Amino acid sequence: MSKLIESKEGLRVLLMGNEAIARGALEAGVNVASSYPGTPSSEIIENLSRVAKERNLYVEWSTNEKVALEVAAAASFANLRALCAMKQNGVNVASDFLLHLAGSGTRGGLVLVSCEDPGALSSANEGDSRHFARMMEIPLLEPGDFQEAKDITKWAFDLSEEIKNIVMVRSVTRMSHASGTVWFGGLPKPEKPSKAAFNVDGPFFDQETGPVTSIPVAWHHPVQQEKIRKAEKIFEKSPFNTYRGPKKPELLLITSSACNLYSREAIHLMGLENRVGLLKLGTTWPLPPKLLKKYLSLTDKILIVEEVIPFLEENVKILAAEQAGEIGVKTFFGKKEGTLPKTGEFNPDLVAAALSKILGVSYATMEPEYQKKSQSAAASVGPDRDLTFCPGCPHRASYWSIHKALQLDNRKGFVCGDNGCYSLGIWPGGYRTISTLHSMGSCLGLATGFGKLDTFGMEQPVLAVCGDSTFFHAVLPALVNAVHHKANVTLVVFDNGGTAMTGFQSHPGLTVNAMGEEAPSLDIARICESMGAKVETRDPFDLEETTTTLNHLMEEEGVKVLILRQICALSPEKRGKKRYQMRIDETRCIGEECSCNRLCTRVFKCPGLAWDQGKKKARIDEVICAGCGVCADICQAGAIIREEAV
Amino acid sequence: MEPLIQDPYNIIIAGVGGQGNVMASRVVANMLSMKGYWITIGETFGASQRGGSVMSHIRVSAASIWSPQIPKGKAHIVIALEPVEAIRIMMTYGNRDVNVLTNTRPIYPVSVIAGEFSYPDLDEIKTTLDSLSSHVWMIDATDEAMKLGNPILSNIIMIGAISGLGLLALGLEEFMTVIGETFPEKLQVVNKRAFEIGRNKVVQ
Repeated sequence: MSKLIESKEGLRVLLMGNEAIARGALEAGVNVASSYPGTPSSEIIENLSRVAKERNLYVEWSTNEKVALEVAAAASFANLRALCAMKQNGVNVASDFLLHLAGSGTRGGLVLVSCEDPGALSSANEGDSRHFARMMEIPLLEPGDFQEAKDITKWAFDLSEEIKNIVMVRSVTRMSHASGTVWFGGLPKPEKPSKAAFNVDGPFFDQETGPVTSIPVAWHHPVQQEKIRKAEKIFEKSPFNTYRGPKKPELLLITSSACNLYSREAIHLMGLENRVGLLKLGTTWPLPPKLLKKYLSLTDKILIVEEVIPFLEENVKILAAEQAGEIGVKTFFGKKEGTLPKTGEFNPDLVAAALSKILGVSYATMEPEYQKKSQSAAASVGPDRDLTFCPGCPHRASYWSIHKALQLDNRKGFVCGDNGCYSLGIWPGGYRTISTLHSMGSCLGLATGFGKLDTFGMEQPVLAVCGDSTFFHAVLPALVNAVHHKANVTLVVFDNGGTAMTGFQSHPGLTVNAMGEEAPSLDIARICESMGAKVETRDPFDLEETTTTLNHLMEEEGVKVLILRQICALSPEKRGKKRYQMRIDETRCIGEECSCNRLCTRVFKCPGLAWDQGKKKARIDEVICAGCGVCADICQAGAIIREEAV
Repeated sequence: MEPLIQDPYNIIIAGVGGQGNVMASRVVANMLSMKGYWITIGETFGASQRGGSVMSHIRVSAASIWSPQIPKGKAHIVIALEPVEAIRIMMTYGNRDVNVLTNTRPIYPVSVIAGEFSYPDLDEIKTTLDSLSSHVWMIDATDEAMKLGNPILSNIIMIGAISGLGLLALGLEEFMTVIGETFPEKLQVVNKRAFEIGRNKVVQ
């Protein structure tokens, strides 16, 4: 049984931030949860799906974030409580619906959780979606530790019902994927609510009983703004805004989210508890003006610590300017004037450096001599590890074939990439095969655009690559567009049987849904064919067949789709099972004498196959090799031997 | 709850994506959590797991949670599932008093696989680590794990070894409780064996 449905109140547990968010939703009696997987958000829905049966929840991995939010909103319209989770750029995808939803308002508690990735540890961007809260005029909450991750999520449902609008909760990687000690609150009894219904028989302008819409805007927009003013009043008294420090600090540090933990630690490290006041805000949009006025009045020096965009900084400055007559003129430190970095993830040392600069207190993280010695030691062990595909990963084989097909084609063809593990195709481990990488589905949108540039004399063949889950997420509309506009483009779908990058969640192409129930699967090949594309399906482990097919397709006009189907090496059905036992025939591997110029290791770069510096021959690493057998086809000397594993 | 040598006590578990780093940090943290300590873990997963260096930070405290990122130069113990990763950690989190426990089995970076760079030999690694820390223990955890039938067990052997060092309250009893919640019974036996092997490596 999942620890998340342990009903004992006051139980002390070690929870990941995302588990704490899931528990908060369960304590709030959530009914429906939806999401599209994305790091660092995925574990929220994973955890809720595991307890769906026991807690009578409906949980789904939706096709994309916009659909996910619509699914959650429908539950709210039917007076149920719903949570929708996504990574930062998912909010962009959902934002069109979100704008209209914020205008129409909601009924049952509806919470949008955005888990963001400052420093882009597992993203192609470090987008800060807090601006959406201001732009859409909806409340924004940011938990400052793991306990709050749970408690704020729970409270967000109450707030949503109180103001009758969606509430946004923002987390970051170091909150969602970090873990900490949390005390459980009680769980409501898992009863199905009385029959759900969407009640629309009432008067047109009654949000509870009439139609749910943002029109007429002239009527709804003022109502929406009244809701945000109500939230502002509630925030003045919120227990999630806390102050710790002296009555008259020299410096007021204002922060939120994981930066709260960095700031607390930095103050502690430097022994500045009596000089620096720490105002941690849990309600970051709209800011409560009276509360801010109270603390801004304590001192003239203000430091704002936040990731990534100076969102708090700008909003605090606006409040300070409005109140300048009463509280005086303040000096602000933060991102704008350069005390703190303008991009990237923070840590306690960056905050300590800022405090050191402002207060003139020295703080050394390391003795200079140790620093010098350890740096030269680290340099001696080589450059940082390049990210690469796992041993046995189908993507390595797929990129090998695409790379080769492009070389054989010899017309300077190029590949537009997309989001997933296969984004690594931009690095040497994927032979630098992809040349563009943007949002979900952009591979084919861009490729279609390129595919129409023949009008302007462009002659290069255009390819796009996407994964199976990405295909359903946002490639579909681009495919419609490509076919309709007769673009000359070849789409390669890396179908590895799941949303692999984020932990193997289900998607519409699979026969199982988030709750483990049987689900009808949509066949990518048939979808593409029915749209009028020419479709071929191959096994990427068959390098020759894949390359030849791709070369043929690139010669043809119109929209062509090559589906490369081979399950992810980390999938539960494959993991730890070797199809082949690989070995090197050392009599055949003539090492540097061979005309291959160490193709197997210098270029192919599978972690399971290394160059033995001593023997000057290739060597299989038994511990790492996954036994996919692909490298046997790389070696022209036939020195890599593939034998059926027993 | 036994008092800590340092509060917060800072543990770093380092390795390469796919070595079971996250699993190891969960087990250690849960064992300490059971003892009543406040625990904070910082880790990243996702893209970083694809062949890159990975690292978990565990903060143990009698008083509160702490930052999920350990401040620079403040590690108390570094557990490396891969030897050169221990050296990389020193540059940012090391200090003269740090204890280092490392597996001896290398996972070659792409640059080494490609023959562009040679991997340092173990004596060299040991000498370097000795010069940057208080104590170094090197354990052939992967080789022992292979004898048990699965290289992934090296992380449990390493946990057994930390237990053997006696720096933290990480006993077999706590281990079995945590493992009991994580693995089916069949796997518990081999995990217990792995833990004991690791423990004996440092206790001898």
